[in-house]
Amino acid sequence: MKLIIAIVKPFKQDDVREALSSLGIAGMTVSEVKGFGRQKGQTEVYRGAEYSTNMVPKIKIEVVCEDEVAPRAVESIQQAANTDSIGDGKIFVLDVGQAVRIRTGETGDTAL
Amino acid sequence: MLTAVPAWAQEAAEAAAPVANPGNNAWMMTATILVLMMILPGLALFYGGLTRSKNMLSTMTQIGSAAALAMLVWVAWGYSTAFGPEGNAFYSWGSLFLSSVTSDSTAATFSDEVISEYVFVSFQMTFAAITAALVLGATVERMKFSAVMLFTVIWLTIVYFPIAHMVWAGGGLIFEWGALDFAGGTVVHINAGVSALVACFILGKRNGYPKEPMPPHSLTLTMVGTGLLWVGWFGFNAGSELEADGTAGLAMINTFVATAAGALMWMLVEKFAGHKPSALGFCSGVIAGLVAVTPAAGNSGPLGAIVLGAVSSVICFIAVAKIKPAFGYDDSLDAFGIHGVGGIVGAIGTGIVYSPALGGPGGDDFVMSAQVWIQVKAVLVSIAWAGIGTAVALFIVKMIIGLRVSEQVEREGLDLGEHGESAYN
Repeated sequence: MKLIIAIVKPFKQDDVREALSSLGIAGMTVSEVKGFGRQKGQTEVYRGAEYSTNMVPKIKIEVVCEDEVAPRAVESIQQAANTDSIGDGKIFVLDVGQAVRIRTGETGDTAL
Repeated sequence: MLTAVPAWAQEAAEAAAPVANPGNNAWMMTATILVLMMILPGLALFYGGLTRSKNMLSTMTQIGSAAALAMLVWVAWGYSTAFGPEGNAFYSWGSLFLSSVTSDSTAATFSDEVISEYVFVSFQMTFAAITAALVLGATVERMKFSAVMLFTVIWLTIVYFPIAHMVWAGGGLIFEWGALDFAGGTVVHINAGVSALVACFILGKRNGYPKEPMPPHSLTLTMVGTGLLWVGWFGFNAGSELEADGTAGLAMINTFVATAAGALMWMLVEKFAGHKPSALGFCSGVIAGLVAVTPAAGNSGPLGAIVLGAVSSVICFIAVAKIKPAFGYDDSLDAFGIHGVGGIVGAIGTGIVYSPALGGPGGDDFVMSAQVWIQVKAVLVSIAWAGIGTAVALFIVKMIIGLRVSEQVEREGLDLGEHGESAYN
């Protein structure tokens, strides 16, 4: 099983969700995060006091899927979230040691 | 029949009509509650939105509580010290706990009319309350609640009541000079602004200022507060005529146009300074215009008011965006930068716009240079009295209970540390 972490622009959340569900991936966890890479933040000014915000709001999508599905899922996310501009985000893939469905106690791939 | 003599009316006292005109009473009662609205929720939201969310409740509670305490002190000895039946150049006496006031007693207006004295007492009470709350703009996010309460009592007694007496009461030092202060440029704004400046020096900067970003947590609420302040200010300015007459109407139109000019000019200056015209700039310009027109509300023609509002915005912008960072003092909500500086601009400017040549209500015998000099003297006395009095009041409070919260409370926020609450759950 693989854990796919995708950090994308907030308005791309629905596009990514649709792309993944068309692959049969039915669940995900979404959090609102802040961060920066090459995309710098804005400068805010309040009565002459300037603040550079280094942090840019993003959406973090976490999905766990079977090993066979993972490469297609990564490709789907990359295509759905792409806007050809700085700040589009990144995708990371990690190995998952175990998964459990809390309601039934099922483990492994059947828990997904 | 007891008649209070607030201003201009000592000679008219014998000829004053004994019965309060219901129309004037009704307007003054309305004006009074409009000024209360300026405090709660006007100033509470205006200041509250500018502070960080961890201190929102602290800011609003300090404002509300200082105002409430000011009301009680006012009826106990404040009215007596400012507008009592007997007095000298600096303060008065003779009406502790409103002993000289009844439902039948009246207060003279600037004509032969009178209003009910309880109404006059209430109206002036809201002025004392809001001035005390304004000072807190420089002390937010670090001053203890208990210190705010004790400071308010002492400060009102040694600073506000004497200045109110000097400027607005018959026999008062500055009043007798012939200084023009329609609704409180000196008594309220210079007073609060200079007191705030002294307070922020004695209290010290907020932890982390200016390196740590401390942007306003809710300019939405600040904008709401700004609207309530503008609307309420009509009670403040037009109510200072003490009658619903033509001069009150003049004060009303001036309170519209000076404010509008101030708001737009601030945003223009922002553009000129290389920034975007901002919501906070709009709010700041509104207040800068309102403050400047306060002494001039019934003492200027509308054109003079527009110029006053615009000039105030320019100078206040420089004060908050250039002078404050250059000197490095943490006047957190720009109480001095806008109320103090704007009040000085307005008070001195009143001596100019009063001129009949500029559309002001001055008579043919008006000499601008002489009047401006009187205004300058009034400003200097206010600055000195407020500055010294505030320092004394703060040192007394510091010795008795201390001024600042602990560093830990300041870090986690005064809402939790001083009040045991969170504003946003």
